[in-house]
Amino acid sequence: MWASILIASFGTYAEKLVGYMLPHHMLERESIRRMTGLLPVSLLAALVAVQTFAISQTLFIDARVLGLGVAVVALLLRAPFLVVIIAAAASTAIVRWLGWLP
Amino acid sequence: MAGKGGSRQDDGDTRTIDRNALGIGIATGAYALSFGAISVASGLSVVQTQTLSLFMFTGASQFAFVGVIGAGGGAVIAIVTAMLLGARNSLYALSLGPVLSPSRKTVPLTALLTIDESTAMALSYNKSKKASRRAFFATGISVYVFWNIGTAFGSLGASALSDPGVLGLDAAIPAGFLALLWPRLNGGSKSENRKMWALAIASAAVAMVLIPFLRPGLPVLFSALVAVAASILWGETSRPIVED
Repeated sequence: MWASILIASFGTYAEKLVGYMLPHHMLERESIRRMTGLLPVSLLAALVAVQTFAISQTLFIDARVLGLGVAVVALLLRAPFLVVIIAAAASTAIVRWLGWLP
Repeated sequence: MAGKGGSRQDDGDTRTIDRNALGIGIATGAYALSFGAISVASGLSVVQTQTLSLFMFTGASQFAFVGVIGAGGGAVIAIVTAMLLGARNSLYALSLGPVLSPSRKTVPLTALLTIDESTAMALSYNKSKKASRRAFFATGISVYVFWNIGTAFGSLGASALSDPGVLGLDAAIPAGFLALLWPRLNGGSKSENRKMWALAIASAAVAMVLIPFLRPGLPVLFSALVAVAASILWGETSRPIVED
């Protein structure tokens, strides 16, 4: 177990490190610059979807959906980051406690 | 991302950056509680679990690693899955390199702190290199500290917190990602915003469709292909990473 933990940790750390070792001018290419602007939008949107609707490899609608809806409302009201997070967590917990949604 | 958009948008303000970094750290740290618990439940010891948070320090890879181990997938698949998920960090580092310009001395720590949250914050606060750097390190260090504290409490309290759903913590994570995404969808011109919304919706749809077919974590990686496609399609649209 220890061997695989150390190999995996070293491997993922090396992935981070190698990005800083690669020549910077790779990014001066217009296409790469453009893509780095778009990538976070794709990844963050996918993370929102997956973290809201997936349990392992199953799509599932539960109280997290309501929490996300509350987050949207908070964002529309320009609430601070922490308020958005707490509102989402609290509303999800309350709906579960009431037994309205799993 | 407090109050991004409108009159409260203030990308250069150090205090705003620090406050947001702290918020992200706390939110992520709360999730680390469940990582610690799940990891111990998957058969890793408390020390092994902490080792992952201290040195791997990339949430999706850590969850995937202990998930595969717990499901009996074996060491090799666990390592490969963790690294596949960690591959995006290479791209993050590549795009952050010119912004952070780490020296030989600082590159080991800079690399360690290169994760979703610190990268997103650094690229969000793109008004100046100074703001980007501040956002990167404030977020990276904040998440590192809370992630490790959360891991320790989670692994020690193991079974008690194995279901983060009780406190709605599982909903805090997508809300956090959405809060990070929000200014990117609403911060530009009307036509630009429309493109970003289209990209976000398409990416989310691709990830959702793939959920049943791919190992957890991979659908998110595949959604990056939507950004690649959009980048080719919208050849003229450029969103510079840093203008200074």
